[in-house]
Amino acid sequence: MILTTLESVPGKTITQHLGLVQGSTVRAKHAGRDIMAGLKNIFGGELKGYTELLHESREEAINRMIEQAQSIGANAILNIRFSTSSITQGASELFTYGTAVKLD
Amino acid sequence: MFDLILFLILLALGFGFGQYLEKRHYKSILKREDQLRHIPAIATKYLPAEFLPCTTTVVAGNVVISIDFFKKFVSGLRAIVGGRVSSYETLIDRARREALLRMKEQAVKQGANYVFNVKMETSSISKGRRDSIGSVEVLAYGTAIKTVDC
Repeated sequence: MILTTLESVPGKTITQHLGLVQGSTVRAKHAGRDIMAGLKNIFGGELKGYTELLHESREEAINRMIEQAQSIGANAILNIRFSTSSITQGASELFTYGTAVKLD
Repeated sequence: MFDLILFLILLALGFGFGQYLEKRHYKSILKREDQLRHIPAIATKYLPAEFLPCTTTVVAGNVVISIDFFKKFVSGLRAIVGGRVSSYETLIDRARREALLRMKEQAVKQGANYVFNVKMETSSISKGRRDSIGSVEVLAYGTAIKTVDC
């Protein structure tokens, strides 16, 4: 599976266009991390717990997108985009989408 | 009275630690930017014709940075009169540069020498009004490209 943010993969031709694939996950932070984050809010600095959490969630979203692409027989996803939105207090959605194609 | 003392202590802690952490962070950003300058991050979508890359992979870097108590207070004051909120400007600047650096570090690990079509995504993480956590998340992502030794 080739993943790229470009619109084409250089040196390869697209033989079939399979449409949009997407993956998303909604995550909440657990209370322990929230307390630590509250403390950090006094001192400033990086919230490592949140960084990790969002990183993991994003991987999860990518994996779901890959699964979807595999199930329709694609071997590459082009023009990948990420987006984040907060749904309710304390939870955020991580969303990723791209175009599934078959490459030579 | 106790509330006021607590507030002043928090303000002082925020000022002291916040300034110290920010200075340290900028120092490390500048140092790593120098080290990673050989990998250009390019915002264009199209590869030049002479590039025939052998591998393309998506690389991404993310960071969550929190504001300190002092800056939050100052920005609250600033909101009354309006104008530039410089305390938030440096926060976001730090987050953006850090995210880019992390993306480049990942590109180095893949052995890439260019990162094309770099996009940035910013979102704020807040926990409601009462005890709102003023922090910002930045994600930088792009396509890492290796052009030598296939």
